This record gives sequence, structure tokens and C-alpha cells, in this order.
Amino acid sequence: MNPSENKRSIPFVKHRKKFFTFSAVFFLAGIILLFTAGLNLGIDFQAGSKVEVLANDTLTAEEVEQQFASIGDGYEPDEITLAGDNNELAYASFIGTLSQDEIAEIQTYFGDQYGQQPTISTVSPQVGKELAQNALISVLIASIGIILYVTIRFEFWYGLASIAALMHDAFFIIVVFSIVQFEVNVPFIAAVLTIVGYSINDTIVTFDRIRENMSYEEEITSFDDLARVVDLSLNQTIVRSINTVLTVVFAAGAIFLFGGEAIRSFSFALVIGLVAGTYSSLFLASQLWLSWKWKSIQRNWNKPQKEDPEDMEPEV
Amino acid sequence: MIKKWRIVTFFVIILALAGVISQTVMGTAKGINLGLDLQGGFEVLYEVTPAEDGEELTDETMQATVSALNQRVNVLGVSQPNITIEGENRIRVQLAGVDNQQEARDLLSTQAELSFRDVDDNVRLTGQALQENGASVGFDQANNPVVTLSLKDANKFGQVTENILEEYNQPNNRLVVWLDYEEGDSFSEEVQKQDPKYLSAPQVNSPLYQQDIQIEGNFDVEEAEFLAEVLNSGSLPVDMEEIYSNSVSASLGEQAMDNTIFAGFIGIGLILAYMIAYYRFMGIIAAVTLSAYIYIVLLIFNWMQGVLTLPGIAALILGVGMAVDANIITYERVKEEIKSGKTILSAFKAGSRRSLSTILDANITTILAAGVLFYYGTSSVQGFAVMLIVSIVTSFLTAVFGSRLLLGLWVQSRIFNKKPRVFGVKENQIHESQ
Repeated sequence: MNPSENKRSIPFVKHRKKFFTFSAVFFLAGIILLFTAGLNLGIDFQAGSKVEVLANDTLTAEEVEQQFASIGDGYEPDEITLAGDNNELAYASFIGTLSQDEIAEIQTYFGDQYGQQPTISTVSPQVGKELAQNALISVLIASIGIILYVTIRFEFWYGLASIAALMHDAFFIIVVFSIVQFEVNVPFIAAVLTIVGYSINDTIVTFDRIRENMSYEEEITSFDDLARVVDLSLNQTIVRSINTVLTVVFAAGAIFLFGGEAIRSFSFALVIGLVAGTYSSLFLASQLWLSWKWKSIQRNWNKPQKEDPEDMEPEV
Repeated sequence: MIKKWRIVTFFVIILALAGVISQTVMGTAKGINLGLDLQGGFEVLYEVTPAEDGEELTDETMQATVSALNQRVNVLGVSQPNITIEGENRIRVQLAGVDNQQEARDLLSTQAELSFRDVDDNVRLTGQALQENGASVGFDQANNPVVTLSLKDANKFGQVTENILEEYNQPNNRLVVWLDYEEGDSFSEEVQKQDPKYLSAPQVNSPLYQQDIQIEGNFDVEEAEFLAEVLNSGSLPVDMEEIYSNSVSASLGEQAMDNTIFAGFIGIGLILAYMIAYYRFMGIIAAVTLSAYIYIVLLIFNWMQGVLTLPGIAALILGVGMAVDANIITYERVKEEIKSGKTILSAFKAGSRRSLSTILDANITTILAAGVLFYYGTSSVQGFAVMLIVSIVTSFLTAVFGSRLLLGLWVQSRIFNKKPRVFGVKENQIHESQ
């Protein structure tokens, strides 16, 4: 086979405990964080209204507040955030939805002031929540489909490990968003779905190589045999993994840097997710598969041997 | 022997491709409908309930509501209104590029149910009595705008006015004209207000057996026009309540679009530069197929009349990633085969063959996920899924077959025989095989 394997080859399996520990710690920290700091839910998930005012030159929070006050009583934004290269953009959030008349009043006022009508979004939280719920259910159903497909084409353990990687990546983005407290909105859901897609793709490519190298193996008699196959496969595919993620990060990174305020958090989620997706394929999915596969081989040894144990599906 | 005709074929294909793309890409890109988030405009999600209690909401009523809304939107002159039924009782209206959002909102949400009532709020005549498209704006003697209505039956109106005269005396002999009368509204309350909810309450002094009637409601011209328009486009058979609305100002949308296009060019430029730097000649092939990929996705999306939104762009990026990935998988495989000592030709063949199943499995699993998202998802999740499926199929075709065809022409011309450096493999990396 490939004689170059020993040159500069990275011993992934040797360090797998560290990856597991790291991910377990991260997972726990993530859960705690989600329960304490939570997510900065955008208007799509909270009942409220958001007014985006675009002015021709720099705005300050006090200025915006005064502007709202001069429209009339009761227009007190609960939060004002400034954005844009020169702070020419202001987001004013109101908890509770504005009525049609109020929206009209605000739009007319700022239209006269700055020559541009502000963007106003109002939402009852149920719609955003439904969208997220719907996306979550769809991903779960898709996961079952993926496990089925991969079980048919590969083997059950590959399917399970790829779903574990997928969940890890989606969770990773959510936790990072809890840390940086960027706004979670509908495009964020699209970003998570994109990463789910990328994660599957990336994991399957790696698994495909493991499967191929497994087919060259005469018989697996020890853990080291299995570990050798995984290490070899990962080393064979690592150039591809890195090149692929780099090119996609180019695209997502360019949008993050130059794509403008409106989609910054969206592209940030993409970049984070791509890195997580590569990490999980190399360090989690393959290692999980290794552990599970090894256990199932051992289990087959312990069973009274009726048939050829090699092809038997492990029962869970 | 170098087979020159294959190389000539390659350049003919490239030139033809470049010609087609450069001639039509701008038109194709401009023909794509942009979503609200990229163009500005607004969207409202309505929850629909039957106009009268106890009625059921059927598919037909929903369809009728959508077509009535479509007619109203036409009044606004929106080029690509997108009105869809969601679930059982919701209607999503997306209007891109609307200048006057307030007018649009009013126009959509009014039920446009006209009714003629007596002072005790009993219905005397409903909007059913109106002739279709019979409303127009006119002016009275004092040159105040009025709304003129044509009735289906002059006798009926005569009858109503006669009844009013019989039953009521001065000053209660009025025929009150309501738009969107709601349970609980009452004339006796409204008449005391500065700005009553009803449109007008003219006194009836003699029976009026006539087909054309005028409503004088102290309108200004715009109000009169608005009323005539909603009456003409028909009343809604349902009540609609706004449960979600989102509006993006045109300039913000434009800014997002310009920035995104600029960022997209930079991203794609970086990808192509990286591919060429790393994979040398094969990188150039990848650059060609990637350009073809982006062009074809835009073309298909244009044909499908799809609406491009931010999630759509995310799917497009993922598609670029998967197209690049398919190229990278193939090239890495070809390089491995070259390193193992195979000739360029057999390395190319073996590399393409062995990478195909990898790419196929990866693509099918992702399509599977996209299919589920499309089937179970709503609105933007669904839009994302459509774009993703189009992207994956296109990326598969261009990156696998396109790449193979183009690279194959060169490899089979034998011009690269014994030149592994062209593929980014150094001579000393090759291990003599077997």
C-alpha cells in the first residue's frame, strides 16, 4: 500500500482521549452557558419591534433616543445599538409589538428626518420559534434518513458517528453564539443548516476512506489494527480536508469581512461551523467510530459464533 | 504521439463556454428575483380566520383570499408579489421593492366589506349588491372627491331607501355606509366622534330607484381612490390578523446586496487562486468548472423563477464548497495514484474512478438532508433547501463530469506523459510501483 504513510504522519488515535475530554468539557460548559448566559435572541424569537434607522452621517445613541422622544410619548426604545462603518446605522428595539399606526408614525418621522424610511420589523415570537422548531425536527428526521442510508452503504456505526459529528457542529455554533452574544435570527438558522450539510459531507468523505482501507485489511485482531487503519485514512485525507475547508472559509470569510452589517452574524456562524465541522470529522467522528467499532468487534467475539461475525450487524 | 485534436477540442469548449457566459451572465443574474432581504420591501404573515363565526376555513376560501390579495397587490404595481398559503390558516405576503409600505399594508389588511345599515346598525344592503369593478372616483358639485358605485339592481336600492323612509323619521332617516363593520360597532356611538368609523351617513329624503350611487365621506382624493380600488378588487371572505411582519428598507437591502456581491467576487477569486496555486494545471480546470457551476446555478435558478435570499446565498456557498471538494477529492486521488508510480493516463483513470463513489456518497447524503428540509421545512428553510439541491446536483455534474471531460482531453492527448509536475507531484515523491 502507500509506503509514504509513515512520513510526517499524524497519530490522531493516540490523542483521541484528549479530544473526547475536550469535547465533553466543551459540551458541559456549553450547556451551563446556554442556561445562564443564554442566547441573544433576535426579534424573530421575541415579541417585539425593531427599528433600523439609516442616517447619512454618524449617529449617537442619545440622538436616536431624542429623535424617538420627539415623535411622541411612549416611544422609548428599550435598547439602542449602533452599527455601520461610521455609526450611521442605529437599531432601536422595543419590547412589545408596535401597532400599524405607530409604525406609520415612526416611518414618516424618520423618512422626513433622514430621507430614508427606517426598516421596521415586528414579530410575535411564535413564528420564529416555529421556524426553529421546524428546522430542528427536519434535521432530526434527516438524521434518521442519513443513518439509514449510511447503514446500507457503509455500516451502522459510521452513520451513528456522522450524526454525532453533525450534532456536535450545530451545538458548537450555538454555544459560540452564546459566548459572543451575537443576535440569533432566521439567517442564523440557515447558517446552522448549512453547517449541518457541510458536516455530513466532510464526515462521509473521511469515512469513505476508512471503509476503503478497511476492505484491504485481512482481519482485525487487535485495537491497534483498527487504530492503524483510522490513522492511515485520516492522514490520507487530511490534505483534502484542509484544502476544502480553506476554500469554503475563503468564501464565508470574505462575506464576513466585506458582506456588510446585515449578514455579519450569519457569515460568522458559517466560519465557526466550518472549523467545527473539520475538527469533528477528524477528531470526533472517526474516533467515535473507532471506539464503537472496536467494542462491537469485541462483543461479536464474546458471542457464540453462529455465522460469519465479520458481516454481522451489531444489535443495539 | 501527441494527439493535438484533443487539445484543440479543449480550447474550443473553453472558448464556447467563455463566449456563452460572458454574453449572457449579466442578463441571467439580473433576471433573478431577489428576496426582501436583498432588495428591500416587506413581508407580512397573516393568520386567517373565517369572516363569520362557525364557518369553516376551506381550501377554496384560502385560494379565494389569495386571489383577492393578488388583485389588490396589482393595484400597487409590485412586479413580483409572492403570496403563499402556509399550513392551514396562514398567508404570507412578500412584496419586494414597494415604495409606500403604509399604503400597501392598509390595502392588504382591509377586509373591504361594504355594508349599508340603518341607524340601529341593522344590515340593509351588503357589498354583494355591488357590480364588479363598478367603483370609481368622481367629484360632486363642490368639487369634493366622492366614490361612485354601480349596483347590480336599481330596484333593490330603491326598496331599501323606501323602507328607511317608512320606518324612520327625521333625523334618523339615514343610510349609514360602513367599511369593515365589526361586531360591536354602533352608529350612535360613532356619530359623536370627531372621526367616525363609518364612511358616511347620508339622509334619505326620497326613494332612490337608481343604479349609480355616490358616497360622500369627506374624502381627500387619495382616500377616495383607495376605497374605489379595494372595492373593485373584491372583498376578502376572511378576517386576517397580522402575526409577523418584517420590512427592509430599500437602501439597506441594496447595501447588503452590493456588499454581498463584492464579497462573493473576493471569495471566489481567492478560491480560484488557491486551487491554481496548489493543484497547478488541475487547478485551472477546477477554475473553469467552478465558473461553469456558478453560471449554471444562476441559470437554473432563473428558469425556476426562484427568489434569491440570504439563506439561498448560504446554500450557494455550500454548493461552491462541495464543487471545490469534488475537484479536490479527485485531484488528491489522481496525485496519490501518480505517486504510487502509475502512468499519468492510468493514474487519471484510476483516480477519477475511485473518487467517484466517495463524491457520490457525500453528495447523496447531503441531498437526502436537503430533501427532508424541503419536505418538512417552511419559508426560508425551504428556500434554503431548494437552492441546496440545485447547487449539489449542478456541482456534481460540473465538478465530476465537466472536470473529467476537460482534464481527460489533456491527459489523453498524452502531452503530459511523464510530466508529473504539471499535477503538483515532484519526481522524488513517486515510488516505483510493484
